[in-house]
Amino acid sequence: MEQTSKSLWQHAWDSLKRDKAAVFSMAVIALYVLIALLTLTGVIASDWSKEVGGSYLPPSGENFFGTDIFGRSVVLKTIKGVEMAIGIGIVTSLISTVIGVTLGLTAGYFGGKVDELIVWFYTSLSSIPYIMLLFAVIMVLGKGTTSLFLALGITSWPPLCRLVRGEVMRHKEREYVQAAAALGAGHRRRMFKHILPNIFHIVIIQFSLRFQTAIKSEVILSYLGLGVQGVPSWGTMIDDAKLELARGVWWQLGAATLAMFVLVLALNLLGDALRDALDPKLKGKA
Amino acid sequence: MNIWSYVVRRLLYTVPIILGVCLIIFIIFNLSGYDPAQILLGKHATAKQIAEVRAELGLDKPLIEQYFDIVKSAFTFDFGRSWASKQDIIEMIKEGAVPSLTLTFPAFIISTVISILLSLLVAFFRGTFLDKSVVIKCVGMMSIPSLAYILFFQWFFAYKMGWFEISGYEHGFPNFVPYVSLPIIIMVIISLGPDLRYFRTVILDDIYQDYVRTARAKGLTEKVVLLKHVLKNSMIPIITYVVIQLPFLILGTLLLESFFSIPGLGGLTVKAVFDNDFPVIKAMTILSAMAYVVFTVITDILYTVVDPRVRLS
Repeated sequence: MEQTSKSLWQHAWDSLKRDKAAVFSMAVIALYVLIALLTLTGVIASDWSKEVGGSYLPPSGENFFGTDIFGRSVVLKTIKGVEMAIGIGIVTSLISTVIGVTLGLTAGYFGGKVDELIVWFYTSLSSIPYIMLLFAVIMVLGKGTTSLFLALGITSWPPLCRLVRGEVMRHKEREYVQAAAALGAGHRRRMFKHILPNIFHIVIIQFSLRFQTAIKSEVILSYLGLGVQGVPSWGTMIDDAKLELARGVWWQLGAATLAMFVLVLALNLLGDALRDALDPKLKGKA
Repeated sequence: MNIWSYVVRRLLYTVPIILGVCLIIFIIFNLSGYDPAQILLGKHATAKQIAEVRAELGLDKPLIEQYFDIVKSAFTFDFGRSWASKQDIIEMIKEGAVPSLTLTFPAFIISTVISILLSLLVAFFRGTFLDKSVVIKCVGMMSIPSLAYILFFQWFFAYKMGWFEISGYEHGFPNFVPYVSLPIIIMVIISLGPDLRYFRTVILDDIYQDYVRTARAKGLTEKVVLLKHVLKNSMIPIITYVVIQLPFLILGTLLLESFFSIPGLGGLTVKAVFDNDFPVIKAMTILSAMAYVVFTVITDILYTVVDPRVRLS
């Protein structure tokens, strides 16, 4: 009797393909990533800083979202802002994933004193409200894009670490890990080659969550003057609106909020779809 | 186990956490090579001036003493003086707490009650069009940055329509009411999305449990099942979620207070960030972490009241 059984990933992929919202979100995210790559290489929106008309021109056929204070096209700025948003999302999520997974695996796998130490550290870290921790770290690192990326990355790993640790603890005594040990696999090989792929769905779900939190945090930090400087970002565009709205200039706020809304919505919907597809505990539930 | 021994054990458990929080704050502020004296005095300061300021801030002491200074301030609330206003920081915090609470507390109560009621309603209609559209709306509302909400609402309802005060604050009830009404509405709208979505998930998690099937099999109506059985069992995650927000109420809302010029703790923190007011940031970091630790203990103790099973483990 031969039966091909599908892996968790194939199952997940199949159910994602059936989920219209998930397909739509993946298309949207792919589009944004493509735009980010194109602006990064200078193919599009490389002339965002050029004056295209007077200051604060309202939206028209020529300038779809009007111009900003320096007469620059808001559409081009918004497109250029995609690069920063995707950059912040990917870099900070990667930093936080690497720290969270490494510490979570170590704590869950070794247990004992190592576990206690790591749990103590992340419990302490997550006792400090996230936004205060961000302020403190950015203040100390100095303002600028690099420290923004670093600060968002190194402050956001505890939730992932906690989840990974819990899942590793359930996996480490399983037969497949024992088998790997019997075949002579060392600790590192057992952790990264055997256990990690089996808990990777948690990492992916958390990644999509982190991604959008980072983009939203950038807006708050921009308002406080701790954000990106020099290049356009949605955060600084939204922040500019605090002086513009009273003069009836709504288009910078509108364009940046719309661009961000679509991306964050897609990430949210994809996160939900991923959780439904990858978390077997939720299978069959509403 | 006796509830009091549980409380004592739980309190003892916070000691290493508080020491850990202080250690992290120590690493960030005192070990990272960041020199506040340099920032305060600017580039043209002489070595002597810098040494004086360092002595005043206690930065010339041995590291271990600097660490214990932080631990001490976490318990004595003696944070020194602000650089910007030269005021005693704890006095500033005491003054700011009340205006913050007049905004955050009503907003918190209103949004929690509305979210729980709506989530029960949505859970009752689970799987239907109503349920799905509410979930999509929540996700949509969560996808708009809070700054955009504040900017738009303040501009539209206060500036353009003139229905609310644009900014400012007056002390004493009911003088502050017109000033905090719009911020409260905005805060309720911002928290509605995530709250409702979370409560719905929690309630739906319980709806598929065996005890619910039993309750239905006994012939109880769906209303009784939801209100008497499911809601009671969903209380633990709901309490955690709600109580953990409490320390942030005292902290105020950074953006709202700053935009509406409400002299609360959130506005205070934002101003400190703008002014590079290092001691105030440090004090607010320590204080907010302490509040968080205290409220986690309260949550855990509340569990044992709601669910006696927790005490055993």
